[in-house]
Amino acid sequence: MRELKILVVVIFFSLVTYWLVEPYAHSQMHKHVESEGFEYKNLPEVAKGDATAGEGLVMSNCIACHSIESKGMAAPMDAVTSSASYGVNPPDLSNAGAIYDAKFLAAFIKDPASASQVAHKFADGTKSHPMPGYAWMSEGDIANMVAYLQSIAKKDLTEKEVFVDACGRCHAARYDGKVIGEKWTQIGQKPKFKYEKDSLAFDIKVLEYQDNLKKYMGKLPPDLSIIIRARSHNFLETFIENPQTQLEGTAMPAVGLTKDSFHKVMQHLENIGDPSAKDRAAYGPWFLLYMVIFTILATLWKKSVWKKLH
Amino acid sequence: MAHFDKNAKPFSEQWLQDRLAVKTLRRVLAEEYWIPKDINFLWAMGMILAVTFGLLLVSGIFLLMYYKPDVALAFDSVNYTIMQEVGFGWLFRHIHGVAASVVFLIIYIHMFTGIYYGSYKQGREMIWISGMLLFVTFSAEAFSGYMLPWGQMSYWAGMVITNLFSAGSLELNGVVEWIRGDYVPGDAFLTRFFMLHVLLLPLAILGIIVLHFGSLRIPHVNNQEGAEIDFDAEAEKYLAGKTKEAKVIRFQFDFLSKDIMVLAWFLILFFYLVFYHFGFAMDPVNFDPADGLKTPAHIYPEWYFLWSYEILRPFPKDPGLIAFAFAQVIFVLLPFLDRSPNAIPAHKRGKPFFIWFWLLLIDMIILTAMGKLPPEGIFSTIGLWAAWGFIILWVALPFITKNEKVK
Repeated sequence: MRELKILVVVIFFSLVTYWLVEPYAHSQMHKHVESEGFEYKNLPEVAKGDATAGEGLVMSNCIACHSIESKGMAAPMDAVTSSASYGVNPPDLSNAGAIYDAKFLAAFIKDPASASQVAHKFADGTKSHPMPGYAWMSEGDIANMVAYLQSIAKKDLTEKEVFVDACGRCHAARYDGKVIGEKWTQIGQKPKFKYEKDSLAFDIKVLEYQDNLKKYMGKLPPDLSIIIRARSHNFLETFIENPQTQLEGTAMPAVGLTKDSFHKVMQHLENIGDPSAKDRAAYGPWFLLYMVIFTILATLWKKSVWKKLH
Repeated sequence: MAHFDKNAKPFSEQWLQDRLAVKTLRRVLAEEYWIPKDINFLWAMGMILAVTFGLLLVSGIFLLMYYKPDVALAFDSVNYTIMQEVGFGWLFRHIHGVAASVVFLIIYIHMFTGIYYGSYKQGREMIWISGMLLFVTFSAEAFSGYMLPWGQMSYWAGMVITNLFSAGSLELNGVVEWIRGDYVPGDAFLTRFFMLHVLLLPLAILGIIVLHFGSLRIPHVNNQEGAEIDFDAEAEKYLAGKTKEAKVIRFQFDFLSKDIMVLAWFLILFFYLVFYHFGFAMDPVNFDPADGLKTPAHIYPEWYFLWSYEILRPFPKDPGLIAFAFAQVIFVLLPFLDRSPNAIPAHKRGKPFFIWFWLLLIDMIILTAMGKLPPEGIFSTIGLWAAWGFIILWVALPFITKNEKVK
């Protein structure tokens, strides 16, 4: 009975200390932002557009800068040259209709800087967003373009495809490769080269791209290899949804992911940054079961030894 | 050669007894190493600490096979090679990280048990002092280990702690550079902390553990009521078969069976933390690579250093350093600051010491919490009062214990 009382005291003070330095301290240190569930409620609804009418509009307005590889339209410039012109390589539009929210796409086409919450970067008027706004176009035409992009998009994108499209032109992920030497860079997957000079030539291109990106973003966006362990789920969710809510003034744009694409991005980040999560879940119960059996045996042994002592 | 059994078979018990005194050792260190019977589970913390240290040592050996002490390679060798490529590397790292944190929880429970039951005086002073030496070496071991993944918190904690050696207004910047081997934490800094973590400090710890165990053997372990026990008389009773009457038990296996039972309960908690709840021991900030150009929004030490950090922080620079130095050494002096002749549990010593004990515990928990919270508004006020509380409690100790009646 007395031991039980002592145990309660020990557990009480340990838990109070834990609660103070972990949940409570972190609640005071980090701003809490509620996620809006990637619903973009503040953006106006988009009317149902006509994909056939949208096709012509996309062809005449978008492909001067953007590739649509699924339709056989290659990018006009390679990634490094593009980054020299625009700061960042413009995305391929093959799957934009599936990855990004329709309301966000419409708002972005109309005014890219304000839709992506980075108007502050261009406030002094010396620079403008690399993509021109299409506010002159009618709402109906914009809705038609969105409808076209949605009609051509692949429905079941892989986690990595979403990551590459939404994050991978600014963020590298050096742990994302099946063999040593392979990794994701801002200009694409670096393969394992047979000859070192090919590997170095690739690295030079990456460095050139990164220099252009630095000029555009202010600093090189961080490598996302283990960001899944460096930030909480809530931080990543709300930061990706609207970076300004967590880090006011940041150069990172809101990218307009749908809820489904967000989950795919998170799953990809876990795959590259915390692959042992699966092993932990698989082995944890067995370790605990072993320890419980050990504890039962140890308790019985103690009882048998102490029988002669009490 | 005196008594020597020439007919003993090689490696038989007698043969080993003649050469290594194995039977004598077993008797003195295990079977007739008498422990009081009147003890509770808190007496098993020493065994839990020994086993946790064992877990740290074994997991550390596996980590050491793949870790690379180089500022360009360290981060990826931990977070990629060990966590992703090496089979079960993640398990060894989680065991190492969680054990390093949990070992301090057990150390604090062990320390406060010693304080509560008066196990630091009346012949047990060396147990306490060697224990506090272990606390200091474990702290250095934990700090040096925290540098190794070379994440943001490694770098900035290294920066802040080494800066303390400039001794405030004395501005001994040369000392700081000498410790770092550079103007800022860099490669020389990392490699020397690596050496300390994997060689010098573990050696020191092993040596002091032997001293700590040795210091227990002569004065014997304390008991729950602080009762004076005639160990020889009680041992005779035990050996005569009156095991129920005797106030002592054998170390092996009477005491050990209880130790191992408590250890087993502890290991359930430990492996639960390793698999499901490791965030407290593996700070997310340290999963960002070290960046000397980007100070983290909040720099804080691991939870077990927070109380002493908070004694440093609320004061101006020089008084803060003096208070910090005071906090580092004052626990060692406990056997001499407690002037009471009573080596009995706090609740039997009368109100003043009993209240002192609980105030100290609560004050250190408050300091721990304030050490992590941002030093703003009410938190810095509470922190300042708690730091003064700590100092006042220790200054008051000799006075409140001096007049304690002999019980």
